[in-house]
Amino acid sequence: MSQHEVTQTLDVKGLSCPMPVVKTRGAVDDLSAGEVLKVVSTDSGSMSDLKGWADSTDGVSMLDQEETEESGDTLFVHYIQKE
Amino acid sequence: MSSNADAPVETATASVEDLQAHVETLEAELADLREAVDDDGQKSMTIIATKGTLDMAYPPLILASTAAAFGWDVVVFHTFWGLEILHEEKSKNLKLSAVGNPSMPMPNAIAALPFMDNVATSMMEKKIAENGTATIEELIETSLDMGVDLQACQMTIELMGYDEDEFYDGVTTGVGAATALQHMADADVQLMI
Repeated sequence: MSQHEVTQTLDVKGLSCPMPVVKTRGAVDDLSAGEVLKVVSTDSGSMSDLKGWADSTDGVSMLDQEETEESGDTLFVHYIQKE
Repeated sequence: MSSNADAPVETATASVEDLQAHVETLEAELADLREAVDDDGQKSMTIIATKGTLDMAYPPLILASTAAAFGWDVVVFHTFWGLEILHEEKSKNLKLSAVGNPSMPMPNAIAALPFMDNVATSMMEKKIAENGTATIEELIETSLDMGVDLQACQMTIELMGYDEDEFYDGVTTGVGAATALQHMADADVQLMI
């Protein structure tokens, strides 16, 4: 499990490209500097897409990404900090 | 640009005043150049959307909404059949053509039957729903919410006999090829879909 202190969690399970990135953008806009957003997705493409988005977008950084299992489904979990 | 900057400076004989004037000229030109290229790192994209089939409506909207999430300035200029994507009623009934599409699991002779476009469209819509892929309507609303400028070409609106009220609220009308070219010239990414 991640050690990050999560401010808000965004559930984008069941949604596919481009919605995980688009909804993450909206959720990050509502955060204050230093706060951490946890994004939970079932889209395996979100591992590359959210990392790429965070790397090329000013004001956010990807702290951590992990894969977990929940009742047979693989979840892709991302921790994004607003700078 | 002034040609003064290109003039050779005779350092051995030039007076201090001449050199100062030369430096000032160069500094002024440098400031102009910096202003011309300084866009705060703001990227921009212009897409020309020309197709109105279900499969071809997705790429411009997916790229546009994602680029907006990156904080880019995005313009999508819709022309000819691309207008159907912005047409509130037609956008909900975009069709997939089974003919001439080697990716469809049927030969052209069968695909050309009158009802096959509807069959292919239904199959695709079912897959879209099962996969959790957003609908065209959702992607349009999302793109507009995120500040994407969805533009409808005025000439083709009139050519197709559409009324401006038939497009989604927030769609830009009254624009033409010159506007599109202006955005394309300024954009980091230009795509024609």
